[in-house]
Amino acid sequence: MNTLPKYHAIKVDEQKCFGCTHCIKACPTEAIRIVNGIASISSERCVDCGNCLRACPVDAFYVEQDDLQKIFAYKHRVVLFPAVLIGQFHEKYSEDQIYHALIKLGFTHIYEVEQPIQWLSEEIKKKTGKNREHPLISSFCPAIVRLIQSKYPSLVENIIPLKAPHDLAANFAIEQLKDEGADENETGIFYVSPCSAKMAAVNRPLGETKSVVNGIINMKDLYNRIMQVIPKEKPADFSELRKNLSRDGILWSLPRGEARQFKSRAMSIDGIHNVVKFLERLENDEITGLDYLELKSCSQGCAGGILLTGNRFLTAERLQKRAIRYPAASKLTVNEKYKKTIQQKLQAGKIEPGNVFVLHTNRTKALEKMQTAAKILCQLPGIDCGACGAPNCHALAEDIVQGKAKMTDCIFLQKRWINENKLTAEKGFKNLEKIWGKNRFNADCNKKGGRNEGF
Amino acid sequence: MELVFEIKGGDFTHAGKASSKIKKVLKQLNVDAKMIKRIVIAVYEAEVNVVAHAHNGVLRTIIGNDSIEVVIKDEGPGIENVEKAMEAGFSTASKAVREMGFGAGMGLPNIQKNADELEITSEINKGTMVRFKNYF
Repeated sequence: MNTLPKYHAIKVDEQKCFGCTHCIKACPTEAIRIVNGIASISSERCVDCGNCLRACPVDAFYVEQDDLQKIFAYKHRVVLFPAVLIGQFHEKYSEDQIYHALIKLGFTHIYEVEQPIQWLSEEIKKKTGKNREHPLISSFCPAIVRLIQSKYPSLVENIIPLKAPHDLAANFAIEQLKDEGADENETGIFYVSPCSAKMAAVNRPLGETKSVVNGIINMKDLYNRIMQVIPKEKPADFSELRKNLSRDGILWSLPRGEARQFKSRAMSIDGIHNVVKFLERLENDEITGLDYLELKSCSQGCAGGILLTGNRFLTAERLQKRAIRYPAASKLTVNEKYKKTIQQKLQAGKIEPGNVFVLHTNRTKALEKMQTAAKILCQLPGIDCGACGAPNCHALAEDIVQGKAKMTDCIFLQKRWINENKLTAEKGFKNLEKIWGKNRFNADCNKKGGRNEGF
Repeated sequence: MELVFEIKGGDFTHAGKASSKIKKVLKQLNVDAKMIKRIVIAVYEAEVNVVAHAHNGVLRTIIGNDSIEVVIKDEGPGIENVEKAMEAGFSTASKAVREMGFGAGMGLPNIQKNADELEITSEINKGTMVRFKNYF
């Protein structure tokens, strides 16, 4: 299998970033450092969870996306979107109004991704139910999959090797369009992403070399465009397009959306920092008797996705209300013509562990580095201020042994060494300028940050 | 490389601290994931033993190039019959401890299952020493 280079959806806008410490502290894998006054993300460590985007006070992080105009390169323009898109709109807008707006924007076919969800849940159930030492872990959230690959390698084999709902709907759409006589080369599939993690995953699917979609649209961007064209008049009736959508599908991306499918003991955890704490315990073998584990990086699941506009709790509540109006997946009769083909396409390749936190592949050297880091840590103040550009003193100590930082990057050590005449004040100042950028220490009444924050 | 942890008897909130820290170190040292798992399970069980039964204890671990040695010494009631304590399911844990989900009598058997070498010495009303070693 060809392994493609790692791809990340999150980028830093160097014009906007002014090098504060918010993101370095929010990152669950300590992947960000401040270099030359700008946040720099380690490609090795980043899991695309988007916590940095959330933490940034000046919106300096952005996600790469495709221009909506790209859809017009295709004759058949399919939009795939997760149900959370609908949940963001105020109740006064009907589903049909939103669907109508999508047609106005130029799409010819509309699919919500969580359908026919029973085909996916059937596949999951086939893989669970056997008595195992550890529960099976859902592969739904790509940030979680990447987190486990890098931080919890021993749990990688517990991840269910199945693809996500967008693969389900994309393949479903492709089959249906083929039947309608559409040429595959003239069909463009566009996925509306609720987050950076899904964007990265769609670009680099698990164990695959090619993505099933032709383009990715930022949900925040699409929301604004829909609001511009949403029809005031009575929209057309699109209910036919939702005939395969079920209550279970609508709830799938919310907390317990997957777990509720199981009669056995299934748990749901949302919020990546909560997930980290739970996985620590799972790895210690503290948690037993669990069959299925649904882990979602965002609080409130995809309703809390970083590319959503609405409030996560309101979105979740609206989806729950919407779900009541739909039948349970088990009560739905779906034309099973493509079921076998699609279920086969949902099988993912092997998921490999990453081991990105290894200090050195040679254990003797790794041990040496660790001991040196421990000694360095004795000299550091332990207040985790972030003024060195690393998220905490421990991270700085490790950066130093890896040759990525210097002892004098610590402002406490600097002061001490200046006091002991081991360092000149001028040199110390220059060191700090290397981290925070030139002129960063000048007075500036218009500076970003440090103002109106926290209220 | 040596790591030392103090363990307070009865303090279940902090049980697992030593095993988590040791786990992090072993991952950074590129130890095989399956071996880490065995070590961590053994360390965690040993930690819980001190918390559930003893007044206080010290966990000391020496991590070398190709092995790890863990020594847990506690001040506590001691084990009356070590052989019996090694049997799966045998437990002297109080009802309160069991209600918290601990004390199922799998502690020492689990350590034995996951350790390459194990040595236990105990003195009634004084304390217990558990020493185990695993080779990477």
